[in-house]
Amino acid sequence: MAVKTIAGVQVNVSDDGYLEDMDQWNEDIAKEIASGLGIELTDEHFKVLNYLREKTKEGASLSIRSVGKSGIVDVKGLYKLFPKGPLKFSSKIAGIPKPTSCI
Amino acid sequence: MKKLLILGAGTAGTMMLNKLYNELEREEWEITIVDQFKTHYYQPGFLFIPFGIYSKQDVIKPKYDFFPPGANVIFSPIDKIVGEENKVYLEGGKVLNYDFLIIATGTQTRPGETEGLKDKLWYKDIFDFYTVEGAMALHQRFKDFEGGDLVMCIPEVPYKCPVAPLEFVFLADAYFTGKGIRDKVNIKFVTLMSGVFTKPVATKVLGGIMEEKNIEVISDFYLSHIDNENKKIFSYDEREVSFDILTIVPVNMGSEMVARSGMGDDMNFVKTDKYTLQSEQFENIFVIGDAANFPTSKAGSVAHFAGEILFENILSAMEGRPLQAKFDGHANCYIETGFGKGALIDFNYDTEPLPGTFPLPGIGPFGLLKNTKMNHYGKVMFRWIYWHILLKGKELPIEADMSMAGKKRV
Repeated sequence: MAVKTIAGVQVNVSDDGYLEDMDQWNEDIAKEIASGLGIELTDEHFKVLNYLREKTKEGASLSIRSVGKSGIVDVKGLYKLFPKGPLKFSSKIAGIPKPTSCI
Repeated sequence: MKKLLILGAGTAGTMMLNKLYNELEREEWEITIVDQFKTHYYQPGFLFIPFGIYSKQDVIKPKYDFFPPGANVIFSPIDKIVGEENKVYLEGGKVLNYDFLIIATGTQTRPGETEGLKDKLWYKDIFDFYTVEGAMALHQRFKDFEGGDLVMCIPEVPYKCPVAPLEFVFLADAYFTGKGIRDKVNIKFVTLMSGVFTKPVATKVLGGIMEEKNIEVISDFYLSHIDNENKKIFSYDEREVSFDILTIVPVNMGSEMVARSGMGDDMNFVKTDKYTLQSEQFENIFVIGDAANFPTSKAGSVAHFAGEILFENILSAMEGRPLQAKFDGHANCYIETGFGKGALIDFNYDTEPLPGTFPLPGIGPFGLLKNTKMNHYGKVMFRWIYWHILLKGKELPIEADMSMAGKKRV
């Protein structure tokens, strides 16, 4: 664990750059993490990010399939929004823990 | 009489039935188990059928052989659980009451979840080896296969026995070498994961074996659909892989009964406390095996280790004591690597598979994350252990909690 300054705020991040405490998150932090991944955030992105944060608060475990069935975005759309890392990048930008593939 | 009800008579349910039948007072407890099927499958054996190592007869026995003589057995599909009323409804309307309930209804393959999977090439050029029918159809196909692209694809997690697809490609390498046509067969391992396994140390070692055996690994491939006409699989990010034979792990989901009962996550796995194995919704319901949503491998070894914890906790709950046993997510998997060798991994929620010796530190006889002949014998012996010890709920000389003894941090 390390402390990092993102968008002027000091936050705790894991070794691979995921926020340790999702309550330290704000939209500016999201934008800065996203631009580091080459993604410019739009309203469509934020709909997905807010959905991911809500589900995580409820304690749900997330998968690409479950996000694709959410009604917010389908799997193809999720890939378009977060190329190369539909769940990993979106989780990182949403300030939630790294998704675990349960194995 | 108080009633204990077990739903599902697979590996986990049968094991719990035997353990609890031997422990609970017969005058006090009536024990009933429900399952819709009468045949018990030795599922680890399915993997060997395509290569002609096992036949169907090696992997099936009647479920009745493994039930204690005094248990009530009902063969019926289950409609739903109504936890608020302590009732289980069977299909057809019969109602069973319970004081305590164990859910062990497992996971099922759902080929229908993937577009183009259950289409015109199903069981002709596209197969699963998670059913005895699929494994046997693939065996027939292999007999006259003269070469081409053999693709193993993992389209979704979680799935039963995470190492089975690895073993499949290793055994295929040995099988086609034996037939003298290995140079004509391109073996490709396509996975939605970022590597051959989820944990870094094991990924490195197993990835190394892939390379040695000249098996191509295509990772981060999230399967969108299968094109039966052109024999290609496509990912959502529009990559494609062509196949002559496609072997796939169909999407795994829990029983529809779980969804009808309102107790599942979006894959129908029962929401379960990962330490106590108690349902998150009802204190008198416990969950074991593949049916549960806890983050560990869906495998018989996990059900076995979890069984010891569930046994302690359900007895505590029956006596009104707090639940003290905690499951650590322990899994232990033999990995067949072909040519009479095997590897072994041992891990839990917090510790990834590490190299070392097992179960005795420094002695073994099994080597962790090593490719040895002894590990292969372990796998071969396991079938006997499964039928005669594991299902009967007897003790094995391995602790339920994972041990760091004999493991090396790397």
